[in-house]
Amino acid sequence: MSETKKNNPSPVLDQLIARFGEAVQIADAPHGDTVIVEPTKAAEIIGWLKNEPGLDFNMLMDLHGVDYLPRDPRFEVVYQLYSLKHNRRIWLRVQLGELNPEIESVVSLYLGANWLEREAWDMFGIVFSGHPDLRRILMYEEFEGHPLRRDYPFNKRQPICPPLTKHL
Amino acid sequence: MAVNQESGFLTTKVSDFLGWCRKYSLFPYPFVTACCGMEYMSVSSAHYDLDRFGAAWPRFSPRQADLLMVVGTISHKMAPVLQMVYAQMCEPKWVMAFGVCTCTGGFYNNYATVQGIDTIVPVDIYVPGCPPRPEAVIDGIIKLQKKIQADHHSMFGPKSDERN
Ligand code: SF4
Repeated sequence: MSETKKNNPSPVLDQLIARFGEAVQIADAPHGDTVIVEPTKAAEIIGWLKNEPGLDFNMLMDLHGVDYLPRDPRFEVVYQLYSLKHNRRIWLRVQLGELNPEIESVVSLYLGANWLEREAWDMFGIVFSGHPDLRRILMYEEFEGHPLRRDYPFNKRQPICPPLTKHL
Repeated sequence: MAVNQESGFLTTKVSDFLGWCRKYSLFPYPFVTACCGMEYMSVSSAHYDLDRFGAAWPRFSPRQADLLMVVGTISHKMAPVLQMVYAQMCEPKWVMAFGVCTCTGGFYNNYATVQGIDTIVPVDIYVPGCPPRPEAVIDGIIKLQKKIQADHHSMFGPKSDERN
């Protein structure tokens, strides 16, 4: 399946490469059209995919962070877009370095990205510049660090309530 | 008559009588946060019928309840809320840890989950299981009733062991 994809890129990937050239690389992925895009171009490419007539990727299915710890670049942000009109999906992967993982927010394109980006910030510490309200969403404000980073110690606890001492 | 003596015949009987009253009129406050809630619904509705044990009527205000049933995973973010609910209940009050998540954290050995609610509120009875079967919960209620009966009760003031 992945071989076929590679040899016969879908029309969307053709258009994407024709438009953005070097900023886009086709990735080998079994689940469907996947591209690795340059961090600086990501928001622009997503905007284009959303608004270009004939593509109409009008729905952001998911946005999440990934931590590939020993690898450099360490982090990835994955966008999964869907076109309701053409029943077509595309995955965009953006690779970010360990120091200052930062990428432009897509909240101005998809309102649904708001909480998804907050989650990626909360769990992985990826900064989305231009986000209207980049706060933690799952963890509490007092929490230090980002728990889904692979170097967060799995047995580290940060309780809000001090442990009970006077009972039983 | 031993009425005026401090630990005479009559006061002991008052304690027993109060214990008997209290153990058969438990008003549970279901603090339901996760999947164990399904089992709570099962145990408290007609099929298993906690009313047979006098612990049927859930009160959704902690001030009217005397049995705090903590049902489901408690995260660190939720912990202050649970403590607040416990503090709002009037004495005498008891706490049941319903399900393995509340007993020890269960398999959620991670950054988010309280590793056993007995680190934040005092617990009287632990019902392990993921989720516990209704029979196990009923067994827990019966054991709690035995415990209540064995406690010392006074008409006014807090429980004799004055926890917290
Ligand atoms: S003990 Fe099991 S069923 Fe109960 S809340 Fe935890 S995971 Fe869910």
